[in-house]
Amino acid sequence: MSGTRAPSDGRIDRNRPLSFTFDGRAMTGFAGDTLASALMANGVDVIGRGIYTGRPRGIVAAGVEEPNAIVQVERADGVSEPSLRATTVELEEGLRVQSLAGRGRLESPGDAVDAGRFDARYAHCDVLVVGGGPAGLAAALAAGRSGARTILVDADTELGGTLLGTRDELDREPALDWVRAAAGELAALPETTILLRATAIAYHDHQDILVAERRPDARTEGRLWHIRAGQVVLATGAHERLIVFADNDRPGIMLASAALTYLHRYGVVPGQRAVIYTTNDSTRTAAAELTEAGIEIVDVVDSRDGRAVSGSEGGDRLEAVVVDGERRGCDLLLVSGGWNPVVHLFSQSRGSLRWDDGLATYLPERAVQATHVAGSANGVFDLDGCLREGAAVGARAAAEAGFGDGRPPVMPAADGGTAIGRVAPIWFVPAPEGETAEARMFVDLERDATVADIRRATGAGLASIEHIKRYTTIGTAGDQGKTSGVVASAVAAALLGQEPGALGVPTFRAPYVPISFAFIAGRDRGALSDPIRTTSIQPWHVAHGAVFEDVGQWKRPRFFPRAGESMDAAVLRECAAARTSVGVMDASTLGKIDLQGPDAGDFLDRVYTNGFAKLKVGSCRYGVMCRVDGMVFDDGVTSRLADDRFHMTTTTGNAAPVLDHLEEWLQTEWPELRVRATSVTEQWATVAVVGPRSRDVLAVLAPELDVSADGFPFMTWRESVVAGLPARVFRISFSGELAYEINVSTWHGLAMWEEVMAAGERFGITPYGTEAMHVLRAEKGYPIIGQETDGTVTPQDLGMEWVVSKTKPFIGSRSHRRAENRRPDRKQLVALLPLNPDALIPEGNQLVAAGTDLGSRPVPMIGHVTSSYRSAFLGRTFALALVRGGRERHGEAIVAPLADGTTIEAWITDPVVVDPDNARRDG
Amino acid sequence: MAELRRSPLEGVALGDGFREVPFLSQIDLRLNPADEGARGAVESVVGPLPLVPNTVHGGHDAAILWLGPDEWLVVGPPGSAADLERQLRDTIAAATDAGPVAIVDVSANRTTLELDHPDARAILAGGCSIDLHPRAFGPGRCAQTLVARAGVILWQLDDAPTYRLLVRPSFAAYLAEWLTDAIPD
Repeated sequence: MSGTRAPSDGRIDRNRPLSFTFDGRAMTGFAGDTLASALMANGVDVIGRGIYTGRPRGIVAAGVEEPNAIVQVERADGVSEPSLRATTVELEEGLRVQSLAGRGRLESPGDAVDAGRFDARYAHCDVLVVGGGPAGLAAALAAGRSGARTILVDADTELGGTLLGTRDELDREPALDWVRAAAGELAALPETTILLRATAIAYHDHQDILVAERRPDARTEGRLWHIRAGQVVLATGAHERLIVFADNDRPGIMLASAALTYLHRYGVVPGQRAVIYTTNDSTRTAAAELTEAGIEIVDVVDSRDGRAVSGSEGGDRLEAVVVDGERRGCDLLLVSGGWNPVVHLFSQSRGSLRWDDGLATYLPERAVQATHVAGSANGVFDLDGCLREGAAVGARAAAEAGFGDGRPPVMPAADGGTAIGRVAPIWFVPAPEGETAEARMFVDLERDATVADIRRATGAGLASIEHIKRYTTIGTAGDQGKTSGVVASAVAAALLGQEPGALGVPTFRAPYVPISFAFIAGRDRGALSDPIRTTSIQPWHVAHGAVFEDVGQWKRPRFFPRAGESMDAAVLRECAAARTSVGVMDASTLGKIDLQGPDAGDFLDRVYTNGFAKLKVGSCRYGVMCRVDGMVFDDGVTSRLADDRFHMTTTTGNAAPVLDHLEEWLQTEWPELRVRATSVTEQWATVAVVGPRSRDVLAVLAPELDVSADGFPFMTWRESVVAGLPARVFRISFSGELAYEINVSTWHGLAMWEEVMAAGERFGITPYGTEAMHVLRAEKGYPIIGQETDGTVTPQDLGMEWVVSKTKPFIGSRSHRRAENRRPDRKQLVALLPLNPDALIPEGNQLVAAGTDLGSRPVPMIGHVTSSYRSAFLGRTFALALVRGGRERHGEAIVAPLADGTTIEAWITDPVVVDPDNARRDG
Repeated sequence: MAELRRSPLEGVALGDGFREVPFLSQIDLRLNPADEGARGAVESVVGPLPLVPNTVHGGHDAAILWLGPDEWLVVGPPGSAADLERQLRDTIAAATDAGPVAIVDVSANRTTLELDHPDARAILAGGCSIDLHPRAFGPGRCAQTLVARAGVILWQLDDAPTYRLLVRPSFAAYLAEWLTDAIPD
């Protein structure tokens, strides 16, 4: 026989029937059902199959610890979720449920995208109570009444915990009346928050607890809470555990407390003829309660009497069990192998556990954070004790958070209630036929793992529970071994001839229950997945058809194609304009740092490889920064604004790291230096006007400014009014051309850009993007940090000895004297000119010496390509590369073997391939 | 030249309950508060500096925000930065006993979003990890923190509560979109 619905009883709403299907069969349940209780009421015995054995499996538990009833659930809106535990799915109208064989599916059958909204919420409280059973409610009342900011979270749909599935009384009234009154009082407290359907999944350092809240009727259907709690009360309850014997996995064999919960909470009669197999007092009233529901009690087998169940018979449903060698016909076996306090969060918080012989399980021992444990999570199993401990712990937690006097409030008296007494554990029952039966003694039902698997592990010499866990996979399934972990540890101990508790349990890991990625992503999806940073000139770029490139979080114009123009053609055109007439680019993203103080020049001398202290006010200088290892960190132009003030520029990507670097050295190494560094990256918009006609454009825009070669020489800057706007103009060049970088307030960036475009129109001014910028600088051999460098490249490797002072110390200078950094065969920067002027070597390609046998293994590689472009100026391709001893190889041939098996041969030359005398730049 | 200015959120549709307060004047001050000469000179111009971490002196139109043990942000009405900077420099130059003070006009370095919404706390709690409960953070408090993935200076103006979020221009559109997307249900 199978489960049926009782004619009355339960906390379901029999006036609200709900239709659903299971593997295509139409079924009906009621509001208040879980999917599991509805399936059981519809007579479903087999919900899953052992993943390896294929054996039929039914519902074992009534909560989150369920190992078998794992299903795919498709909601009425077409969104489908895999691998849900039927015991934790609230029944709703129109669910389509499939049993799962093999792997779950992430996608919906109809490719429906889960448009469900998830978000995050940060919360802070004085006392967080996890678990809304009797202990948790008592703790929350004690804390809440003190005025402490209190949050109570519970995974269930209503408060009450185990009381929802029992008939316990308090002060001679139904315990649930007290639960209702307590919930009402808590809801009315202004500083107390109750979260239902909210599972605490992780307890991190610094009292940071993650709680996943399901919100089925809200616009935001899931919320991940990040709760920072002054004090934490864990009232997480306990999970009953199974007893291992041969064929202990048949549908109809379930946890005793679960059977009673189905009966009392959901009005489901789980079978007709029952055997109870117990090790403790928690099943004391079970027989009477089942009898009252019309279930025949065939036998009560108590380990404390030396009796045992050693086997079972049946197919898709239990038909009989073997008790002390005798067959007992039954369709239901209620098992209570003992109770495991839910110590997952306590353990995650780094609290230690201890073995308790009387309860035959692990209990919290010593907290490391501000953590308190109450109720059955702490090994207290009688209702009276849970209430009293909850109240005491809640009051103490509040007092430690600075609220109340720590005295616990009075709690109602429990009449009877359920205690478990001393547990006489049976870890596994030997079968008459001996060890061969051990392959049918299931320890971890979700992983389909048995005593035989553990025996193989211990037989292979494994003695650590962490090793045994990984060898057998016990405890690694979605249920994380909630019903099997302690059993597996004790079975392994027995096989190793040790006491139970000798091996401990494997480390508990977050999350306590599986959560979907949607919870983790929250609102960080689509356009909000990461900030898109844009400059003040962005509206113009968009309006003029720029193709954008991601540079970190920045969107930068890569090129500005004309109608029908390819990227190659556009970049060649943009480069040609900058070399022959005038181009303009948005350089606003460059990092900018304002340095002030009497020691600013001295400080720069220390952070740059070259000298700045003697730089004249009004002048600019290119500088390179190294880290202490002597490798290039960043570069840029720094200008002297006043005796005690400099304007530093950094690469776009290093704007923040350079500021951090400066602050670190100022704060930790040289606090005596009177220098302050302030980021002004976004104070200034930068318009770079580049090319032989750039002076003409500037002359139009700034008629009062002397723009002559003598009046405004290369590597100087001027404060001026440009196009009517206050500006700093820097005559610096990242292209090798005559060029000016006009800095105005970010508010004026777009206006300045438009003024430059208008003034340059008669010269055919051409906006260009990052790609043309890369080509122009590469033609001059200017490295890009992060492209030519990778943290292993010194300034000397780049051929920049001229920028490295030999007379003053700077960050990295000692490292430059290391023998390794002076080796002549280090990779050095060179340019490559392919023999075929149309051949473009892929960036990143390895390089070998001419004549290398490419059939040999390993192929001796002597370098790699860092940048590779088509040059409009040269009318050919070229590349930059780092080549071993490259400076001594100018004029030699080198070979780039491509992935497709072909090769490109090239000449090695000096890295500057355009205007080596800088006549264009200095004109 | 006001007509040529463009604020970072000009033309961006914003959700109910928040708006951009553009072009506020902002001066970043760095000095050693134990340097009485420097502090006296600065305070003779801007008023007393808040010395309690993450607090603010002043309100809407003129305020000084504590940003660090040696850093303050002076906020004033649009158009006042240049005069204020000059006044500060002149006063400090004249004070013979004043050590170095760094003064940087950062008015355009951040724009300001003002959040005046009945659910402002819940909206911010969706992306800001600091405690905004009245017991922990009230009017006259400020903090440098993250809202979603944007760094901001968060500043509570009044009990309503009205908040100001000072954000880099390049992050302003993202932050505005994130705030518009917030549903405090």
